[in-house]
Amino acid sequence: MGRIVLEKVKKSFGDVTVIPPLDLEINDGEFVVFVGPSGCGKSTLLRLIAGLEDVSGGKIEIDGNDATFIPPAKRGLAMVFQSYALYPHMTVRKNIAFPLRMAKLDQAEIDRRVNNAAEVLNLSDYIDRRPGQLSGGQRQRVAIGRAIVREPAAFLFDEPLSNLDAALRVGMRLEISELHKRLKTTMIYVTHDQVEAMTMADKIVVLRAGNIEQVGSPLELYRAPKNLFVAGFIGSPKMNFIEGEEAAKHGAHTIGIRPEHIEVSGDKGAWSGVVGVSEHLGSDTFFHIHETGLAETITVRADGEVDFKHGDRIHLTPREDVIHKFDANGLRIE
Amino acid sequence: MARAITTQRKVIITAAAWAVGLLIFFPIYWTILTSFKTEAQAINDPPLFFNFDWTLENYAIVQERSNYMRYLWNSVIIAGGSTLLGILVAVPAAWSMAFVPSKRTKDILLWMLSTKMLPAVGVLYPISLIFVEFNLLDTRIGLVVVLMLINLPIIVWMLYTYFREIPVDILEAARMDGASLREEILYVLTPMAIPGIASTILLNFILAWNEAFWTLNLTAAQAAPLTAFIASYSSPEGLFFAKLSAASTMAIAPILILGWFSQKQLVRGLTFGAVK
Amino acid sequence: MATQHSRSAARLMMAPAVVLLLGWMLVPLTLTLFFSFKKYLPMRGDSLERGLDWVGFDNYVRFLGSSSFWPSVQATLVIVGGVLAITVILGIFLALLLDQPFWGQGIVRILVIAPFFVMPTVSALVWKNMFMDPINGILAHLWRFFGAEPVSWLSDASVQSIILIVSWQWLPFATLILLTAIQSLDSEQLEAAEMDGAPPVKRFFYIILPHLGRAITIVILIQTIFLLSIFAEIFVTTGGAFGTRTLTYLIFQRVIDSQNIGLGSAGGVYAIILANIVAIFLMRIVGKNLDQ
Repeated sequence: MGRIVLEKVKKSFGDVTVIPPLDLEINDGEFVVFVGPSGCGKSTLLRLIAGLEDVSGGKIEIDGNDATFIPPAKRGLAMVFQSYALYPHMTVRKNIAFPLRMAKLDQAEIDRRVNNAAEVLNLSDYIDRRPGQLSGGQRQRVAIGRAIVREPAAFLFDEPLSNLDAALRVGMRLEISELHKRLKTTMIYVTHDQVEAMTMADKIVVLRAGNIEQVGSPLELYRAPKNLFVAGFIGSPKMNFIEGEEAAKHGAHTIGIRPEHIEVSGDKGAWSGVVGVSEHLGSDTFFHIHETGLAETITVRADGEVDFKHGDRIHLTPREDVIHKFDANGLRIE
Repeated sequence: MARAITTQRKVIITAAAWAVGLLIFFPIYWTILTSFKTEAQAINDPPLFFNFDWTLENYAIVQERSNYMRYLWNSVIIAGGSTLLGILVAVPAAWSMAFVPSKRTKDILLWMLSTKMLPAVGVLYPISLIFVEFNLLDTRIGLVVVLMLINLPIIVWMLYTYFREIPVDILEAARMDGASLREEILYVLTPMAIPGIASTILLNFILAWNEAFWTLNLTAAQAAPLTAFIASYSSPEGLFFAKLSAASTMAIAPILILGWFSQKQLVRGLTFGAVK
Repeated sequence: MATQHSRSAARLMMAPAVVLLLGWMLVPLTLTLFFSFKKYLPMRGDSLERGLDWVGFDNYVRFLGSSSFWPSVQATLVIVGGVLAITVILGIFLALLLDQPFWGQGIVRILVIAPFFVMPTVSALVWKNMFMDPINGILAHLWRFFGAEPVSWLSDASVQSIILIVSWQWLPFATLILLTAIQSLDSEQLEAAEMDGAPPVKRFFYIILPHLGRAITIVILIQTIFLLSIFAEIFVTTGGAFGTRTLTYLIFQRVIDSQNIGLGSAGGVYAIILANIVAIFLMRIVGKNLDQ
């Protein structure tokens, strides 16, 4: 249950094409993350799967059935919205029970499922409160509760964590991952945050301007980004790109090297530069190096204890085996 | 962020604000007060504020002379009927425009607003002609329809601005939760929109109640509401201040009370959402 | 953003309102336009059944050429302008005052807003008799108290009196809208200005007043539309005498009193054009607001 196949799915608003024809397969039980910068069409794609928007062409298949023209209510999918979209006039209990009431389940079954969900999500203490009386994290849980009671074929998450503060976000990330491990239901998760994508996904779909740039597991994307866009988008801090002479040495138009794949040293190395801003995170330190002659800034990651001052001249050595090479069109050269 | 304000400053502002408030309210206060005086006391010089014999006889005389209840009833029917009819027509329209906007939605809204600006006097004769043709002159149903049409743009606009504040997400969540369009409207949208619908009803009831162009020009005796009841006191006859006050108080009291409840919505309703 | 299904449902739900308003607008407008080109004096035997004479632009020319036309335009402008000036200026002061913290804010707000809910016929009659009556009115008592000769307000200062009555009715509206606008001003802006060393008067002129700009425009436009067609206040007080015959009232008299439908309709068309000029500006503002 929960295999979703998109065939040449296309969406345009008037003359503006938001999503050019696109194919995608999502397997049962997979945690798939759509990631990309804002405006890349990832939310629209999710809404097409949900049935909240009509496709302009193509076909959506859910569990082998053509769902292209089935209204959202009948697709058997549950969605968690960015704003949580809780019903403000209903208590937590009624919010969670709403989809079951719509499905005309009998009261005993509704109660059983709601209580169960409330327990799993630690909501039992708030069950008779209204959404307005809950904190952001609690609202988020209610929204998830409302989704899981339906036992849907797949869960759709539309940037569910973007309204939470940083600390809570990490916690909820773990909870959602945990939930996926336990339910083993297909989840499609939309985010602009590549950290969420990397930490949660079985499969990441990187989107740009409605196009799928690459599909793969987090490590595949990290190790072998197909093009400059994916290379720059996945990984934090961003990959360094170097063009010109240095790239030509590797037989490429552009080479990319991740900050964590460069070694720093006070006295010797392949490249040299002047330390600008240093960001000390404790476990790691990020140095922004200028005047390397390679690119405006080269970011490197060093151990947390390494301490160079602003203005020091230091030396850098990239790890040759993990240099990414790209041609003039920005495509990866193997 | 509240900052301590000196008591002295607050006292001065309080005095000023109350003085202005009482000055503005004085004509209403004076009318209500005078309605309880005898005719002689009503015109006493110096004016009497407390030391007079309170009496209810003006109210009795007014009721007896002009059958206040009939006018009141006409006002209630006309204002209430036109408002409810307007709501019935406007709710679906506002829903569509707020939740399924198209490229033309904005133009339609503005066009509706523009019909509100049609000066009544410019179309007085054609409307009376139509009224004569359909035997609507001096009928309540005729006025219900006209006032409904006059206020329809305001009703649509008010509802539209209220509905627009309901996040579409919530309606979509209902759709995802398996609700049909009917269930979505019944269980999710309506409960959330009730405050907005209520204040729209309130404000439009008030506007219809006070409307004094069409009600004066399209009624004679049968369907005349309170605006006409009061206008019949426009030619003086002997001592009549106390009776005029009683009649005035009876005409404005119901709406004054409703009005106080709706003051917040008034701003939004009458500025078409441009000031919130 | 929606599906095809919901779009067609929406169109259907919108139809009744659109059709009704379209009828309400087009039918009378067409008739008024039609009559404005006809000679139509029902009292002199003209009737629709026997057909009306086409007189071209005669009515338009006669309406403009009549000796009452320019005075009525003047009266209209003076009354509308006077009320606007009073309500906007006093409204700003009142809004600033009511925005301050003081005891009994809620009650004072209610007192100030009350006149708006008084029906126009009542307020006109109350003012005419109980306040402006030259013998028994409160103002006459007041004048005598100070040893002055009472004024026959509605005959000697008729236009001012009408302005006073109408301003009393509309001041609450202006105040309420301006107060709402002031309250929406981000207090951080004022605090920033205070930090920058701007004294209260400067803060008013450089921050509060510009912030109120839009609200003031809206007050002016909406009031203008309502004020252009004030009727009851004149109907029950002066009946259009003593220089208070506004354009609206003039048209009303042409149609109802002198039963000259053609002439009145031509006047009506002028009034419609005038109102539309104001309306265009209002719609611009409201329309901009919609785009947000």
